[in-house]
Amino acid sequence: MLNHKKLEKNSILLLIFTVIAISIGGLVEIVPLFRLETTIEPVKGIRPYTPLELAGQDIYIREGCYGCHSQQIRPLRDEVERYGHYSLAAESMYDHPFQWGSKRTGPDLARVGGKYSDSWHVGHMIDPQEYVPESIMPRYSTMAKRDAKLDDIAAHMTALKVVGVPYTDAMIENAYSDAMAQAHEGNSDSEAGLMERYGNNTNIRDFDGKEGVVSELDAIIAYLQVLGTMAELKDYDPDVLTKDASLE
Amino acid sequence: MIKSLEIPQYNDEIVKKFTIAAVFWAIVGFLAGLYIALQMAFPGLNFEPYLTFGRLRPLHTSAVIFAFGGNVLFATSYFVVQRTCTTRLWGDGLANFTFWGYQAFIVMAALGYVFGVTQGKEYAEPEWYADLWLAIVWVVYLVVFLMTLSKRKEPHIYVANWFFLAFIVTVAVLHIVNGISVPVSLTSLKSYPLWGGVQNALIQWWYGHNAVGFFLTAGFLGIMYYFVPKRANRPVYSYRLSIIHFWSLIFIYIWAGPHHLHYTALPDWAQTLGMTFSIILWMPSWGGMINGLMTLSGAWHKLREDPVLKFMIISLAFYGMSTFEGPIMAIKEVNALSHYTEWTIGHVHSGALGWVAFISFGAIYHLVPVLWKKKELYSLKLVNMHLWIATIGIVFYISAMWIAGVMQGLMWRSYDSLGFLEYSFVETVMAMHPFYIIRALGGVLFLGGALIMVYNIWKTIMVDKESTQVE
Repeated sequence: MLNHKKLEKNSILLLIFTVIAISIGGLVEIVPLFRLETTIEPVKGIRPYTPLELAGQDIYIREGCYGCHSQQIRPLRDEVERYGHYSLAAESMYDHPFQWGSKRTGPDLARVGGKYSDSWHVGHMIDPQEYVPESIMPRYSTMAKRDAKLDDIAAHMTALKVVGVPYTDAMIENAYSDAMAQAHEGNSDSEAGLMERYGNNTNIRDFDGKEGVVSELDAIIAYLQVLGTMAELKDYDPDVLTKDASLE
Repeated sequence: MIKSLEIPQYNDEIVKKFTIAAVFWAIVGFLAGLYIALQMAFPGLNFEPYLTFGRLRPLHTSAVIFAFGGNVLFATSYFVVQRTCTTRLWGDGLANFTFWGYQAFIVMAALGYVFGVTQGKEYAEPEWYADLWLAIVWVVYLVVFLMTLSKRKEPHIYVANWFFLAFIVTVAVLHIVNGISVPVSLTSLKSYPLWGGVQNALIQWWYGHNAVGFFLTAGFLGIMYYFVPKRANRPVYSYRLSIIHFWSLIFIYIWAGPHHLHYTALPDWAQTLGMTFSIILWMPSWGGMINGLMTLSGAWHKLREDPVLKFMIISLAFYGMSTFEGPIMAIKEVNALSHYTEWTIGHVHSGALGWVAFISFGAIYHLVPVLWKKKELYSLKLVNMHLWIATIGIVFYISAMWIAGVMQGLMWRSYDSLGFLEYSFVETVMAMHPFYIIRALGGVLFLGGALIMVYNIWKTIMVDKESTQVE
């Protein structure tokens, strides 16, 4: 206590000690997370988003969807029953930023992919209350009228590559045509190229049901329809992390 | 040592500016809050594409935390550091830069949200260009504050300044580390954060929780350590407790972030560590509350006649309550129920409305007559009215959200006798409706109280002027 006088009389010393005090906790908790082999479980099937899905995620972020919808299913009985298999760290490893959310004004969307038809999504986005009368979700009908912004999607992918998402040069080069192909606006060659780069399970269809345009609805529905569907959960062994650790 | 008996020429102009800005942004932030509360009760109030809940919610949170709270912190820290160091604020020009720079940041961020420009990280939504700009403004703030400390006439640095200093430097560290991102191009408004997935989640909540811990707590404790003793005309209750309070609070707070990520894909050890430190954090929090409340020893009678002091003391009571509720909600088993529900919203607002806003109102009511050189406020009766209307508003708000949140959590996990989930999701949405209305009513009252404050302050500044002109 007596020595505290030294700190009270020297602003720089006070500053230095403060910085030390606030650094310890953060360092201890954050740095070990970058030992990926103990943080992210190996599970097959996780790939970066296709250009169209990425454009959809950009819209999801732009509209602040995460304010009301989480994307993180906890390993609790009712959640697994309501939403599906609990979320794995690997499933959001290419999300910059993560979309786990912290509030469920609406339901969790971590595994919404494949649960509803495209046309349900189209109608629901345009007028949620027509599909769920008690819903309090805002309408997003302008998305149907607006073209998805795909002209610079390759630049978006390049930026994501810089922060660690494994987009290949071929993916970036073909970004625009891949986006068109996924919304079923390309030819069979470009669809084959898309599947070659992102896998045979890639959803290729006219998501918004309107030919000749790739709308924002196409993009956001492509994004929603892939959520939670990449991981091959049948082969997933939940003890894999602990087993690996005991081997070391 | 009687070198400088004359009172230095304090830079009160800058404090005035920040005070006015704080009052202005308070109204904007409360209005935005009320509006989005009404949107949840009446979804027809969403007007796409600009005025949807998703875009307005960050506008509300940023307006109340960074615009209202931030301007209060600038005003009070610049005021307190001058008085407790008996010296004029260093760098008039740079201090002025922090004012206009900070307002520019707020406007940049707010416009971004409405037009859909956002990084999508809660409480850190501004895009890369606004983040960079804020970093510059903030470093200048730190320099102005430190330089003022270094030219102080008092040998000791007063405890309020420890808290202000810790707040400024920690927010700088949090903002910079959490904000690192790669823009799509130099002319693009869009960027992608360096951190992704689970690491991003922890860094974001290390940031997010300590935005609460250092922006909304340490900074406002700085206010408490100056204005409560000043208003009560008593010394701080315990000097030793101040030291323990300060170091334990700043050391422990930083660990608590992972309690926002219980049962998620974040590794268990980090969750447990976060929970443990969150529970320990209860102690320094209450240490601070006790140090503040006990400062009134022997002066409790002042509470009867001084509504400004009442604001401060009620704020400490709310501080004590929400820093007790917080550790409880950080326990994993409790969090399993409370997370994702309205309970969290209730908890946040008992801290934000009860603690942060009330200590701010107290400080503003104290500051205005001092800054504008008036004998007293225009009306203490109106202060009292503000106090009770706002308090009733808070009670409406938080009790509605508690009930709604617990109900929501219980409905989600409820099973019927056949072993099926009892409620569909939308049934839980319907159950929230009456509580959303009560919450909005609480918001109306809280905003109404703040408008009374605006009137009172306006009158304090203007009416006296008129009367002196008459003389």
